[in-house]
Amino acid sequence: MTNSSSPDGVMLTERPSGRSATTGARARMSPRRRSEITWALIFATPAILGLVLLKAMPILFSLYISMTDWSAVGDAHWVGLDNFEKMLFADPLFWRSLQVTAYYTLVSVPVSMAFAFFLATLLNQRIPGLGIFRTIFYIPSIVPIIASTVIWLWMFNPDFGLFNSVLGAVGIPKLQYIFSEDQVVPSLVFMSIWGVGPMMIIFLAGLQEVPKELYEAADIDGSNAWHKLVHITLPMMTPTILFNLMISMVAAFQTFVQPFIMTNGGPNNGSLFFVFWIYRKAFQDSQMGYASALAWALFIIISVLSYLIFRTSNKWVFYRGGDD
Amino acid sequence: MSAMENDTSIGDSLVRNTPGVNKRRLAFLLCVLLSIAMILPLAWLARSSLMEMGQIFIFPPEWIPNPFAWHNYPDALTTIPFFLYLWNSALVVVPTIVGTLFSSSLAAYAFARLNWPFRDQIFAVLMATLMLPYVITLIPTFLIWSGLGFVDTYVPLIVPHWLGTNVFYIFLLRQFFKALPKELDEAAIIDGAHIVQVFWYIVLPLSRPALLVVAILSGLGAWNDFVDPLVYINSSEKYTVALGLSQFVGLYTSQWSLLMAAATVVIIPVIIVFFFTQRYFMTSITMTGLKG
Repeated sequence: MTNSSSPDGVMLTERPSGRSATTGARARMSPRRRSEITWALIFATPAILGLVLLKAMPILFSLYISMTDWSAVGDAHWVGLDNFEKMLFADPLFWRSLQVTAYYTLVSVPVSMAFAFFLATLLNQRIPGLGIFRTIFYIPSIVPIIASTVIWLWMFNPDFGLFNSVLGAVGIPKLQYIFSEDQVVPSLVFMSIWGVGPMMIIFLAGLQEVPKELYEAADIDGSNAWHKLVHITLPMMTPTILFNLMISMVAAFQTFVQPFIMTNGGPNNGSLFFVFWIYRKAFQDSQMGYASALAWALFIIISVLSYLIFRTSNKWVFYRGGDD
Repeated sequence: MSAMENDTSIGDSLVRNTPGVNKRRLAFLLCVLLSIAMILPLAWLARSSLMEMGQIFIFPPEWIPNPFAWHNYPDALTTIPFFLYLWNSALVVVPTIVGTLFSSSLAAYAFARLNWPFRDQIFAVLMATLMLPYVITLIPTFLIWSGLGFVDTYVPLIVPHWLGTNVFYIFLLRQFFKALPKELDEAAIIDGAHIVQVFWYIVLPLSRPALLVVAILSGLGAWNDFVDPLVYINSSEKYTVALGLSQFVGLYTSQWSLLMAAATVVIIPVIIVFFFTQRYFMTSITMTGLKG
């Protein structure tokens, strides 16, 4: 603390260009500055260790395993790209699981986003009981996934379940839901919209950020509700839509618990989700090499899709100037 | 701090002026109908959990249990060794909360308020790991823990939280720390306080709401977590509640009323926590979305 009058005393505060200051001034670094760096590194050590030991190393290890025939016991033999070749050209279930997962993602993401957006617009109205409605719409999303799969398994029950009894009451013949190859994915999509709470809250926050002057101006111009939605609300909401799109796409691609608990990938592989398939290969068939190759395929697919969405986002996402 | 306070009013604050009374009536009606729809699965759960086996298999289904089969609950809790699983879950949940608070608050402070080489680059890499599919690290991480002999212990479920692997919480706390007035740190430093003292006596006490959010979310995450216990825990006497319930599904598929009672018991703690901390829940979600 002898140096407390030095100009370095202000370094604790955030600088716009922290890096140039640190690299340039290393030679004549004050004790206080040195102590700041030391303590910053100590503070960040657990997180950096986690990043290296539990993220970076496993990823590299996974890449290596994907090029071996390792079965978790015994020796691993280098097989080069054989696993990837087998996946692409000799494993119909790879394509099947990809198809199931893509189908689910393509339907559930837009459907649940639209539903969440709709709920958010309802909660953005001046009506009584808003807090209660918001709580009720949100609660399903906090139900533990293991419990919600059990509830829905029972509701989908063709003989005694809730849905067929409702259909029966209006004279529609019983459906098989998750017990039918064709209906299993649409049924799971239907289940997914039950848990849109967080997305709804994010949309609601976005709606409340839209400057109300824009709506007032539109009212003066005599715009109707539809025009305001298309020309004000949706453009102003595009950053929020992009955020929800990315999050829900990545989540949908990693669907696991529903097939694991409810369908075991069936019927006839109709719900053979990609991550479920990887789990089976790794932890039931002990094909660690092949499962790692599948995991890398998923990683590449998600990365490419995220990249494409970001690349096109400058064409449709509207950022307000000077925001934050 | 101001973000916290503003966000509590979401839904109650009336940003938009809706001129038509009819439009508002329609919105209200839709809210009522959708509320019924959203609650229906939970009502179905509660009703099924209180029915005798005879009544649950009546078609078309009845809604009111007759008689109320309260014994389903003690039956379910003894059919699965629920209190053992509850204890096991506590053994995972408590260290997870403490570890998450420890690692993410320290890292968030370093990333938000200290100046050090490559800070922003390292933070960017950390954030990028949020997009990483969990299966890609699951297999190698399992093999590593297995090689170290920690399979069938709680070590692989707890240690990652002490190493800040849930980057989302670092992000959340960093957002919060950045919003605190910098003058506080500066004044304390000029008065001769050490960085550690600033962190412990100034930043942490001011951040109680954010720390609470992290504690709640990480605790619920560990309570709900199903995949990690499934992969790492083999002995049934070490099952957590979530994993135990999943095993129950496989073994007692025909005993729906017991299964529903067990599911209800798993849900109730979550609902209770949610009701007491709803405000913080909503805030944390909004904080992620707005800055995304």
